[in-house]
Amino acid sequence: MTSQVDQSEAVDGPGGERRTGPASPRSGPQDGSGRAPKPIRRLDRVIIRFAGDSGDGMQLTGDRFTSETAAFGNDLSTLPNFPAEIRAPAGTLPGVSSFQLHFADHDILTPGDAPDVLVAMNPAALKANLADLPAGAEIIVNTDEFTKRALAKVGYDKDPLADGSLEAFRLHPVPLTTLTLEALKDSGLARKDAERAKNMFALGLLSWMYHRPTHGTELFLRQKFAKKPQIAEANVAAFRAGWNFGETTEDFAVSYEVPPAKLPAGTYRNISGNLALSYGLVAAGERSGLPVFLGSYPITPASDILHELSKHKNFGVRTFQAEDEIAGIGAALGAAFGGALGVTTTSGPGVALKSETIGLAVSLELPLLVVDIQRGGPSTGLPTKTEQADLLQAMFGRNGEAPVPIVAPATPAECFDAALDAARIALTYRTPVFLLSDGYLANGSEPWKIPDVDELPDLRVEFATEPNGADGTFRPYQRDPHTLARPWAVPGTPGLEHRIGGIEKQDGTGNISYDPANHDFMVRTRQAKIDGIEVPDVEVDDPSGEARVLVLGWGSTYGPITAAVRRVRADGGQVAQAHLRHLNPFPANLGTVLRRYERVIVPEMNLGQLALLLRAKYLVDAQSYNQVRGLPFKAAQLADVLHAAIGTLDAEATR
Amino acid sequence: MTDFPALRLVPKADGPQSVKDFKTDQEVRWCPGCGDYAILAAVQSFMPELGIRRENTVFVSGIGCSSRFPYYMNTYGMHSIHGRAPAIATGLAASRPDLSVWVVTGDGDALSIGGNHLIHALRRNVNLKILLFNNRIYGLTKGQYSPTSEVGKITKSTPMGSLDAPFNPLSLAIGAEASFVARTIDSDRQHLQSVLRAAAQHEGTALVEIYQNCNIFNDGAFEVLKEPGTRDEALIRLEHGQPILAGADRHVVRGADGELRIVPRSEGTALVHDAHASSPTAAFALTRLADADLLHHTPIGVLRDVRREVYDVQMADQLALAEEQKGRGELAGLLAGSSTWTVTD
Repeated sequence: MTSQVDQSEAVDGPGGERRTGPASPRSGPQDGSGRAPKPIRRLDRVIIRFAGDSGDGMQLTGDRFTSETAAFGNDLSTLPNFPAEIRAPAGTLPGVSSFQLHFADHDILTPGDAPDVLVAMNPAALKANLADLPAGAEIIVNTDEFTKRALAKVGYDKDPLADGSLEAFRLHPVPLTTLTLEALKDSGLARKDAERAKNMFALGLLSWMYHRPTHGTELFLRQKFAKKPQIAEANVAAFRAGWNFGETTEDFAVSYEVPPAKLPAGTYRNISGNLALSYGLVAAGERSGLPVFLGSYPITPASDILHELSKHKNFGVRTFQAEDEIAGIGAALGAAFGGALGVTTTSGPGVALKSETIGLAVSLELPLLVVDIQRGGPSTGLPTKTEQADLLQAMFGRNGEAPVPIVAPATPAECFDAALDAARIALTYRTPVFLLSDGYLANGSEPWKIPDVDELPDLRVEFATEPNGADGTFRPYQRDPHTLARPWAVPGTPGLEHRIGGIEKQDGTGNISYDPANHDFMVRTRQAKIDGIEVPDVEVDDPSGEARVLVLGWGSTYGPITAAVRRVRADGGQVAQAHLRHLNPFPANLGTVLRRYERVIVPEMNLGQLALLLRAKYLVDAQSYNQVRGLPFKAAQLADVLHAAIGTLDAEATR
Repeated sequence: MTDFPALRLVPKADGPQSVKDFKTDQEVRWCPGCGDYAILAAVQSFMPELGIRRENTVFVSGIGCSSRFPYYMNTYGMHSIHGRAPAIATGLAASRPDLSVWVVTGDGDALSIGGNHLIHALRRNVNLKILLFNNRIYGLTKGQYSPTSEVGKITKSTPMGSLDAPFNPLSLAIGAEASFVARTIDSDRQHLQSVLRAAAQHEGTALVEIYQNCNIFNDGAFEVLKEPGTRDEALIRLEHGQPILAGADRHVVRGADGELRIVPRSEGTALVHDAHASSPTAAFALTRLADADLLHHTPIGVLRDVRREVYDVQMADQLALAEEQKGRGELAGLLAGSSTWTVTD
């Protein structure tokens, strides 16, 4: 075990097995110095956090390190964390942007509780992140930014690099800016432009420390700055200088190696939740044979899906940036009436604006995907931070009885499957469907085993082509007896001309009806249709079969809950775990599962919304554990909660 | 037979159609005497002229008295939610160039709750024909003032008179970059159909304001434009390429200061109406000619009809171009991306 790894994070892999070898000398990929090679230490996992000003390029640096790590074959999980402001005032605490990456030689589930290494590009980045660091963590700081003025700006009376306050850590003071400028002195770039490459110097240094492949980053930089070759070469030069600095300087005595992870066989790529979701939508279009129509209005953290889908016009995907959230979903619903796979993407405030149109879609019984990338609320809330507090809005946020199915992916890569599943439900049952992702899934990334396209679900639909009434008329609300779905007759189909609307419709004919008995029947039938949607049973992971405590989650809490469960089990605790991907309707076996356990713990990034639904539906005393900090749970935190729950039951038993 | 270039992608009807083909079996539920009946009859008898398949025609409406319209047209139709019809129709028209899409809306629906969607549909120039039934009152909610009601109007919600300055729908439309702007009157079937014809010929969004009488809550609002004794003096009938005449002995001229004025025919030279002028200045000035309260000097006909790129056509072109440049999308390639690694057993 090396001191690089935070001991409290020691059990995150299956069984908590650690494979750390002795330090062994080996040459780095670019070693040509002739000096004695530095020793290499083997680690099983590392958590790195890059932190700097919003304008320092920390997200790009993190993305690049992630790509290198993915290419190397580690399992990984990332947590970007950035302010809503594009350029908050330079050097201030609110302006700090960070990117955390956890990578390992085994299967991991979270971006990690606490960083082993912090790269702090300025005093604000140090101050904002220091509290998260365990003793013994390494800190690499850009000393050039530790000026009196910059220190004073964030409230440092004394220079923390010199006053001994960082004694518990292993500090690497590096004049990153000076070294970058020195490396680029012959580049011909103005000082200001050259300075901007300092994030690539830091990336180079970290790439050396962890033996990351460098080819991809150099290729990336040359592509990114293809139109500005001078900038491209400067960034490559800074990146290489960072690497060589690590190789030659005395301060970095060892480098580390995290061997590739043994993932299930297959071809992998790294993918973020929003990208996976976008691909899922394209795939749903391909598998259904329907053109995708996205009506959307820019909103954080959902806009990336609009950006991504707008690149795929050669798949017949139409993207429409509407004048507002309402027009976004309106256009998608109009396209759905015309036979397209209508999609709208948004976040919580946008859902509020779309509510009336979702209700119309419920009444029209047309397929429609409503993608909500949840963020902190209420109101504008925390646009760039994560939360799960839209569950009840998705469930109930409409006038009248307007049930809508809800699908929620558990990991970034699972957003792909969730999009296909949401499309399946929408197309099969002719209903709007909510897909609830969140900011953490959207921006976080992990390795994804690329699926075989032929094995993706077949989503083909049959439009109505013939009158379905006994008298040769078309009855737009005559239902399929099994699914209760109504026929989808698209304009252009002769003989099936019909009018539908938001006014209550007569069963069968779809004509306007104010008849009391008909309304009662239609309300109950729409509910029955949603209640009858086929969703797979929830799976329970209870290896010993002797657990008395069940932890049940939904959405992005899957990672930290699973990591916590592994810890508890490694400590000898018995805990069962289940995770919901379908929140409306619930899986048919959920009630039985809940009643099988003496205690049900429901961790949520809200104030207990799923717990409320479970209590209401199953009369089960589900216990909430809640956090609304805009950040995911930490595994250690949830492990404590589970230990406490098990402990309470044990104590009751012995009384 | 009239040519409708805007409908070139819409399949042609197999044979001639009649007004009966466009009527539904639904009981029409407007108040007896409502101007909507006349508009419905005019539209139903106009539709066969388009010569397109009935099943490729869609009427989309919002909420309000006028928005019941789709139920009475034997085409595809959607009675949607308040103000949103232009947005819904945009999605439909943009994804289905083989359809003729019509929006039916009212002054409250289009200009109040749905004002945003209206102006954006106009600026985008999607292939939509928007029929705005303007009766200057809220009918379905029983008589509140609307965004086109005159200042000082006494209604249920304004017992001491309305304080709101009204919109001029056609000024608004021209300000929103509309490529086709026209006005007509419910009771003048021949004129109404001539405007519908011009709108259907237009490529892109057409806004047709139809002065419509609400005989329950705002009866006689347009009487001056309808009464045989007053209408000839009150109306300015616009014809492209023709001098703009006002009543029996006056005409419209452009003054030295650029303003349009109505003067005796002995003074100056009548302005010749150019609906196709690229500058919207004259059309805008025409929308301002009428007296807002008395409606004297109300121009009817096509005020503006210019060619501009059509949104849905361009959207389809971008899809075709993308496919031409990159080839038809191939899912396996997309999912794999450019940076993968392989794990073996």
